[in-house]
Amino acid sequence: MDNLPWIFISALLVNNFVLTYFLGLCPFLGVSNSLETSFRLGLATTFVMLVTAICAWVLNTYVLIHAPYLRLICFIVVIASTVQFIEMLIKKLSPALFRAMGIFLPLITTNCAILGLAIFATNRGYGFWEGLVYALGAGIGFTLALVLLAGLREEAELSSIPKLIQGTAMNLIIAGILSMAFMGFAGLFSST
Amino acid sequence: MKKNQSQEEFIKGIWRDNPVFVQVLGMCPMLAVTNSAINAVAMGLATFFVLVGSSFLVSTFRHLIPKQVRISCFIIIIATFVTIADYTLLALVPKVHKELGAFIPLIVANCLILGRQEAFASRYPTKLAVMDAMGMACGFLLALLSLGAVREVLGDGALFGVKLFSENFEPWVIMILPPGGFLTLGVILLFFNWFKFRKDEFLEEVAEAQRSSH
Repeated sequence: MDNLPWIFISALLVNNFVLTYFLGLCPFLGVSNSLETSFRLGLATTFVMLVTAICAWVLNTYVLIHAPYLRLICFIVVIASTVQFIEMLIKKLSPALFRAMGIFLPLITTNCAILGLAIFATNRGYGFWEGLVYALGAGIGFTLALVLLAGLREEAELSSIPKLIQGTAMNLIIAGILSMAFMGFAGLFSST
Repeated sequence: MKKNQSQEEFIKGIWRDNPVFVQVLGMCPMLAVTNSAINAVAMGLATFFVLVGSSFLVSTFRHLIPKQVRISCFIIIIATFVTIADYTLLALVPKVHKELGAFIPLIVANCLILGRQEAFASRYPTKLAVMDAMGMACGFLLALLSLGAVREVLGDGALFGVKLFSENFEPWVIMILPPGGFLTLGVILLFFNWFKFRKDEFLEEVAEAQRSSH
């Protein structure tokens, strides 16, 4: 139980999913044009990650012990159905939120951060609580990176930037600088 | 005509519709594994196998797959091929497999592959679909290779593990760390933008010259 806070901080900052593992770049670059939507997408992704972590643990403990080669297929099916389920749930409970999320909800299925989370948690042999905390850290880390980039991009909209560099090239270079900044957090662990 | 068309599908994936540089798809494996050229090639070949194999199956069975559940069908087909690729790499080149780690299973979530199934393989005959998949996969491989080579040369002073410079070369370590991936791809995209700019300007000039000559 001692290492739970460390797992959280590690997933949140030091090994941030987007900026050091390059997972979930498609929404990171595609959706980060407004602060509002990126925050919402981040929350939805965090929620899906939590559900996935629980499902992955259940699958790993009870089913996949007998058939490890089915791991990938099982995970992807579980993730796809979870996303579908959440989509229906949100549609029923809050149509306004559903409209605001639009296309981004189904796209969470192809977000590699979710599948990556399940695979990493399995490879490291995390238990139930560890997996859950890891998912929470990774989800908040994803939201953090998304919101940071969205904020920077909103600022960049207002300044005059040469036409040549606008678009994905600029976003990637901003992301590179953000990633450099996050490398500084690696020092958090050297003393322990 | 038939042959020309399949050739065209092949060529367009490599240059005009290059999946990475033009369409900006499949970024996650792209950046994560390109810290050395050899990893980039392994990843490119694995993706090639998965993309061509699943395009072949999807386009062969395109009349049998019901429209409503097509995405799930595609994903399961892709996941099967990725599992095969994963175990094959583990058996043949365990060292590379260890370095690529979780990124081999993550080919499933590569939006490039699912995108091709949805946009092309599920609508066209098998032969065209396979040609298209091969072109896209070659384009992806080329992109991976160019990014991996740049990063390895700058960050490690080597190419495919062979040292290129003398002892005095100070490696630019940041290039093989995560930020280097973002920066290198950003600069390459910048170059592509510039190229497109030049071409547009040139076409405009030609149009202008034609108008004035009339």
